Amino acid sequence: MSVPPYRAVLFAGLAFALALPLLAGVLGLDYAVGIATRILILALAGIGLNLILGFGGMVSFGHAAFFGLGAYTVAILSHHDMTGEAFATWPFEIGGTVAAILAWPLAMAVCALAALVIGAISLRTGGLSFIMITLAFAQMLFFFFVSLETYGGDDGLSLLARSSAGPLDLHDPAQFYFLVLAIVLLALAVTARWSRARFGLALQGIRDNERRMRALGFATTRTKLAAFVISGAIVGLAGALMANHTEFVSPSFLSWQRSGEILAIVVLGGLGTVFGPVVGAVVFFVLEEVLSQWTQHWMIVFGPLLVLAVLFAKQGLWGLAAQKLARHD
Amino acid sequence: MIEPLLSLDGLTKSYGAVVACNGAGLQIAPGEAHAVIGPNGAGKTTLIGMVAGELRPDSGWIKFAGRDITRLPVQDRPALGLARSFQITSVFPRFSALDNVALAVQAQAGGNFGSWRDARQDADLRAPALACLERVGLGARAEIPARVLAHGEQRQLELAMVLASKPRLVLLDEPTAGMGREDSARMVALLAGLRGEVAMLLVEHDMDAVFALAERISVMLGGRVIATGTPAEIRADVQVRRAYLGEDGAEPC
Ligand SMILES: Nc1ncnc2c1ncn2[C@@H]1O[C@H](COP(=O)(O)OP(=O)(O)O)[C@@H](O)[C@H]1O
Ligand SMILES: [Mg+2]
Repeated sequence: MSVPPYRAVLFAGLAFALALPLLAGVLGLDYAVGIATRILILALAGIGLNLILGFGGMVSFGHAAFFGLGAYTVAILSHHDMTGEAFATWPFEIGGTVAAILAWPLAMAVCALAALVIGAISLRTGGLSFIMITLAFAQMLFFFFVSLETYGGDDGLSLLARSSAGPLDLHDPAQFYFLVLAIVLLALAVTARWSRARFGLALQGIRDNERRMRALGFATTRTKLAAFVISGAIVGLAGALMANHTEFVSPSFLSWQRSGEILAIVVLGGLGTVFGPVVGAVVFFVLEEVLSQWTQHWMIVFGPLLVLAVLFAKQGLWGLAAQKLARHD
Repeated sequence: MIEPLLSLDGLTKSYGAVVACNGAGLQIAPGEAHAVIGPNGAGKTTLIGMVAGELRPDSGWIKFAGRDITRLPVQDRPALGLARSFQITSVFPRFSALDNVALAVQAQAGGNFGSWRDARQDADLRAPALACLERVGLGARAEIPARVLAHGEQRQLELAMVLASKPRLVLLDEPTAGMGREDSARMVALLAGLRGEVAMLLVEHDMDAVFALAERISVMLGGRVIATGTPAEIRADVQVRRAYLGEDGAEPC
């Protein structure tokens, strides 16, 4: 029985991811678990953006808004849990919480709602205007959090502790890592499934020829908005995880540089490929490490590299690899 | 005349100073094959665009199956039984021929976005899609990406997508545009096979095709419909001969 190379690579990647904490322990590289966690969280943000960018052809330059909103939701709830003050007293009292089971879905809901509003407005346009409007919304939220003195303003807000998650202790690096890994695997499974279901095919049809889709009778704007909302919620979850990872949030979570980083991860890994964002996040991290040791203006080198990647591998690194491994996916 | 399936009245559309359509009107009975002819720039594509819903008329109205659809959004028209093909081939280049048609079937089925099933394994979409492909003679090319298909095949694919939406009226904007003699003849034969089954509003430059297919013909000039009649009547119409067919009835354009 032979395993096709495409499958083999995926299984090897999964095996490595599962063994990583053990390997790191044996090799005495304990900090690697934290790094891997960070990469996976950024990959999750990439998976969220890829849904609209890769499969839907919508170039959002403002997805850090959802990353930041998700992170701030967790941080603010945790802050209120610490101080014991209610977050809101009207129309009913909302207190703080550190329970992941409450805070994380709430972070996703907040982002879904924000994405519904931002999407409903920005999807009236396309192309360059869409890029600019999504960027403008993210900048607005960025300055909102800068001026929000109650929650640290410019200086950001520290979390007293990571979220509590039932029997899991998220302060244990390996346990937190495995939880993040499980979430990423779930998101990958959902992407793989959805991209082949009716919703995914309709979205790709819109990406390739929206006018034709409308002529066929598809309510294209509604489909794009649905994708935008789901995308925002996934990126919001990534933000919530990052707040836990760093135990600190600041307006920089919503900066345009962060939006660009998530974009770069998706483009580098492969637009509209299921596993591209994971590859993109790994490669992005390595490049950032290597290049930033060399010069602090590493973006100047990274930019052209990204352009080259786009020119020579339209479907990114993973698209290229998948092609070599004889499968388009 | 029985209750017309489609009636257009006083349709006007301007682009700035250019009046593309200027009070155009015509009627099509259920099952009727109706051709619109006229020189380049006469407003034929604009007329089709308004019926399809892509262009909003400045004035006038469009009635389809007894219903005023003048302001109905494009994407709501196929459900009523209106389908169009484009003058410039418009397919999904990365998708296979079968995927292209399956999307049309999916639209007709009403989307169903809740489904998690692999749509490419879904017999409810694939079987009708394949039947449409076979009908236009592309059954053997089902798995080929649309961008790889020859130009004539892409036009056939467009027709298959139109058929997949189970229309009562198809809007065909120059279905033989850019085709060689052979492909063109095949397309005309395909369209002839649809006669009586669905109504057609056909814009076409090839006069042989028009006279072979159409039961009635409307002539457009300067945004107006200047004459409507049977092929024989149109051939005989002096005004039309002067305006369009040329004094001796030779090839236009
Ligand atoms: N999008 C547009 N913008 C400006 N003028 C247009 C546009 N579309 C068509 N026109 C003009 O309207 C007139 C009718 O065009 P069209 O409907 O394409 O004619 P036909 O299909 O009969 O060749 C032409 O003069 C054309 O230049
Ligand atoms: Mg035209």
